[in-house]
Formats: sequence, C-alpha cells, structure tokens
Amino acid sequence: MFDLKDLYQEVIVDHNRSPRNFGKLENADRSLEGYNPLCGDRLTVYLKLDGDQITDIRFDGSGCAISIASASLMTEAMKDKTIAEARLIFNNFHELVTTDGTDIDHDKLGKLMAIAGVRDYPTRVKCATLCWHTLHSAIAGEQTSVSTE
Amino acid sequence: MTFDNTAKKLQSQATVLDIEQIRADFPILSQQVHGKPLVYLDNAATTQKPNQVIETIDQYYRQYNSNIHRGVHTLSERGTAAYEKARLTIRDFINASSEKEIILLSGATEAINLVAQSYGRSRLSEGDEIIISQMEHHSNIVPWQIVAEQTGASLKVIPINDAGELIMDEYRKLLTDKTRLVAVGHISNALGSINPIKEIIDLAHEYGALALVDGAQAVPHTVVDVQALDCDFYAFSGHKLFGPTGTGVLYGKQTLLEDMPPYQAGGDMIKMVTFEKTIYNDLPYKFEAGTPHISGVIGLGAAIEYVNNIGLQAIAAYEHELLDYATEALTTVKGLRIIGTAANKVSVLSFIMDNIHPHDLGTILDHAGIAIRTGHHCAMPVMQHFQIPATARASMAFYNTKQEIDCLVQGIEYAKKVFA
Ligand SMILES: Cc1ncc(COP(=O)(O)O)c(C=O)c1O
Repeated sequence: MFDLKDLYQEVIVDHNRSPRNFGKLENADRSLEGYNPLCGDRLTVYLKLDGDQITDIRFDGSGCAISIASASLMTEAMKDKTIAEARLIFNNFHELVTTDGTDIDHDKLGKLMAIAGVRDYPTRVKCATLCWHTLHSAIAGEQTSVSTE
Repeated sequence: MTFDNTAKKLQSQATVLDIEQIRADFPILSQQVHGKPLVYLDNAATTQKPNQVIETIDQYYRQYNSNIHRGVHTLSERGTAAYEKARLTIRDFINASSEKEIILLSGATEAINLVAQSYGRSRLSEGDEIIISQMEHHSNIVPWQIVAEQTGASLKVIPINDAGELIMDEYRKLLTDKTRLVAVGHISNALGSINPIKEIIDLAHEYGALALVDGAQAVPHTVVDVQALDCDFYAFSGHKLFGPTGTGVLYGKQTLLEDMPPYQAGGDMIKMVTFEKTIYNDLPYKFEAGTPHISGVIGLGAAIEYVNNIGLQAIAAYEHELLDYATEALTTVKGLRIIGTAANKVSVLSFIMDNIHPHDLGTILDHAGIAIRTGHHCAMPVMQHFQIPATARASMAFYNTKQEIDCLVQGIEYAKKVFA
C-alpha cells in the first residue's frame, strides 16, 4: 500500500515484538530512567560494571516500536564493551540518526544500521535516541532521570 | 432566543450539507501527502481554514492594513470598523448580551490565564477552593495550580468514570461554601465527552461559586448560548473554529469584568495616563493591552460567518452521523479499544491498539496521507485515569467524509500487518 520499509524494517519489528535483554537487572550498579513527555515513552536502563567494562545491560519500560527496538539493539551492542568503546558506539549512533551519515563506519554499527530510517522522520528521532541518552547519562554517573524535552 | 433565530436554525437543520461544495472551500484539503489524498482527521488540534477566511485576511493586508482605535486616517478607520464588526459577530455567535463582554485575546489559553490572574489572584485567599475536573486540558489545570499557589487556595478535582464522563455525584460532594470557582471544559479534547455543562454551572451558582467554561472544543461542534448557560466566563480559540491561530475569546459577564483588575498593561487599555494616576479604559478594552491580532480577529469573524452560513445545527447533525459511522467502523477492528465512550460525544475518537503504540500508528497512517494526533493530548490526567501513556485520536469536522473514515480503517489494518 505504501512504503514504510525503511523505518519499520524486519529487525525493528522483531526487536519490538521480542525485545532482548528486557526486564529489570537485579543488583545493577547503575540504573536510570529516561522519559519522553511528548509521547509518554518511559524506559529504564540498568548497568552492571566491572571496572571499565559493561558486563551486563538490560532495560525495561514502555514505548513505541522505534524506542523499544532501539533500546533492545543498544543493549546487544553494548554488552561486554568498555566504557570507551561504548562512547564510540554512542557517537557513531548519534551521527547515524541525526546526520546524513556519510562519515559513519557502517561495519562498526552492524545491526544498529536498521535504525537509520528515523533520519527521515524528525519527530521520531527522539524515540530512537531516548535509551541512548539515558545510557550516556547513566555511564556519566548521573542520578536524575533523563528527559527528551 | 427570538422566533427569527429559532426559525433560521430549524431551517438550517433541515438542509443537508453539500460536502463536495464545502470541501472545495478548503484549498488545503485537495493536496496529496506521501502520494495519497490528504485525509485530515486532526481537527481537535486545529481546523483548516476556508477560502473565505484566507481571502478576508489577504484583503486586510493588501487593502487596509493599519493600526486600529487610534488613527484618523481612512485605512485605520476601515481596520477599526472591520475589527469591531468581528467582535459583534462573535457576540452574536455565543449570544452574549453586549460586545463589552467579548475580550479578544490570543487563544483559550490566554483567556483562562486572564481569569486566573485577574479574578483569581485578586479574589482568592487561603481556604478558598477551586474545582476543576480530571478531563481538563492542561491549559485549564496549570493556571489554577499557579493561582492556588499564589493565593493559598486549594484545587479539587472532579473524577471521571471509565466511559470518560464526569462523575456528577462526586462533583456535588466537592461543592461547599468554600468553593469560589468551578472551571470545567464543555467538551473534552482527549475523549470527546460532552459535559452536562448547564447542570455544572447551576450547581456552582447554588454554592455561590463562579463558573468558567473552557469551550475550546465546543464552539466548532455545538450551539453555545452564554446567556442560556448563565456561565460567568466562557473561553475559546479561533483556530479550532476554522479561524486563524493566535486568536481567542474570553466572554465574561459585564458586572464581573468591570470589577476585575487589568491583566496586562499598555496601550489601548487606558483612558488617561499621568505619572500620578492612570485611568483604565472601559470594557472590553481594559483587557486588551497593546496592538491586537487585527487580521486574525477579522479572519475569525469571517470564520464564524462561514460556520453560521452552514448552520451549527446542520453541522452537529452531520458530524454525529460521522461519529456513529466511525465508532462502528473502529469497533470492528480487532485489537482496537476506544478510549472515551461517553453517552454524549462529539466527533472525537481516541483509541489504542494491542501491540501497536499510537506513535507508530501515527507514522504509518501519515504514510497513507492520514493525519491523526497521537500522544497525551495535553490531558495527562486523562491518560493516568486509563493507565495508558498515550492514545491515537481521530477528530472529525464537517468537511470529513465516510470514505475518509474507511481510509482510516484500512490504514489501521495495514499497520496491524506491519507489526504482525
Ligand atoms: C479543551 C481545550 N482547552 C484549551 C485548549 C487550548 O487552546 P489554545 O492552545 O488554542 O489556547 C485546547 C487546545 O487543544 C483544548 O482542546
């Protein structure tokens, strides 16, 4: 009927239907809530750290398909990464969804490329980045919840 | 209501709307979005403007743009006359007894804030109570929270039931001799519920309280007669009534407005200024400081004339037909739940879907050329009652058609396939 395939790719639909690493992480070292007051999306990101390494990462909450799939993919991408690596992925991802993406190392982003479709939907970029900003703040050790507005 | 008026209204009620012709008046409706004919179902957010409004504004800027109420030159006199004529049109539209009771502002939001800050702040004090309801738009909640904080008054909230109706028994229990003001919406933007506003006003008066009605969602759908309602204040926005953005109206009873202090200060709201003493202008100008939205108000006058020509009775009848059709159509969609099933409703349909977030639905429908609203609709307490983060909302005006509702249903079915 109409072409939405760039936004709602199979990967996104799949990660929305069965999000990975979903549910509270008991004994998390850090947890932080992110909230998008415009659409009511509310996610919590949980981290387990061993020194400089993210040994476990989970999330829970509710949101649209884009925000849930983005969070699910993010947790997959971040597991077992060092904080420096995590920051690099964050920066790459941010480029991916907010620029035309010419400088992006596609191989490094792997499955995260599926989210690139939001670029064409300015109102939906915040859905995709909610969990990422929350993670970023959690890594930085912030305690107060993150809001997109 | 005079006999003439009744006769006119009955006559218009009998006429069947010529939707094709009406749609031709709205140039925006004939475009394509994402290669599909636009289906505009976001009328509770803002309505589209007919040529008659667009041309009236165009004419003002091309032929007699000027500042009003001060120039002696021809353009200014024309501008002033057109502006004041619009005020009379608005007065008659809501059947106010005098144009002094028609304050021209930037929107319903400003109208409510004016009452909160001018009346509320000067009259309320510790121990006084303001009653609002759980289905209010944020613009009829936050101004009262602020004035409550400023004055020490407290806020009481009429709860709603699961159909999205005010629980009137609870309202009766909230009313006491401490109640000073009741501020309730005539029609809910998130649910479409039509509140028993006359009863709400009468009950407030029984307790000696004033009644403010937020009519932002009512004026485009139903005949409003402020004298019959006997409300003390009535607020609405021009842009939801097929007029320009940045226009709005506060109706207030003259005796109340006369005693209220100015809300903003500046040019036009004064009679005489010396450094020793300033004499405020008469109504309605006392509340209209500064250069107003001249073209907007003139455009709003044109919008009301347009609506009057079709007739609100005929509009309401047609929209009710659309509502029934859409309610039935959406009810057949598996996994869809309508939020807001009040017995008395206008053509506003909020709903949620199993496994599809409203936001995703909104994007998918947009690709089919269908514009709906998704989110909390500036009515977060309504979402809290239903324990949902957001809804999708299709809101219809008299230029919408049953075919467009069929498109909506097809779009929803397609969205289900995307997420299947
Ligand atoms: C019920 C209700 N009240 C007040 C408002 C505020 O209107 P405006 O933003 O035009 O001032 C709205 C607008 O959505 C509304 O639906």
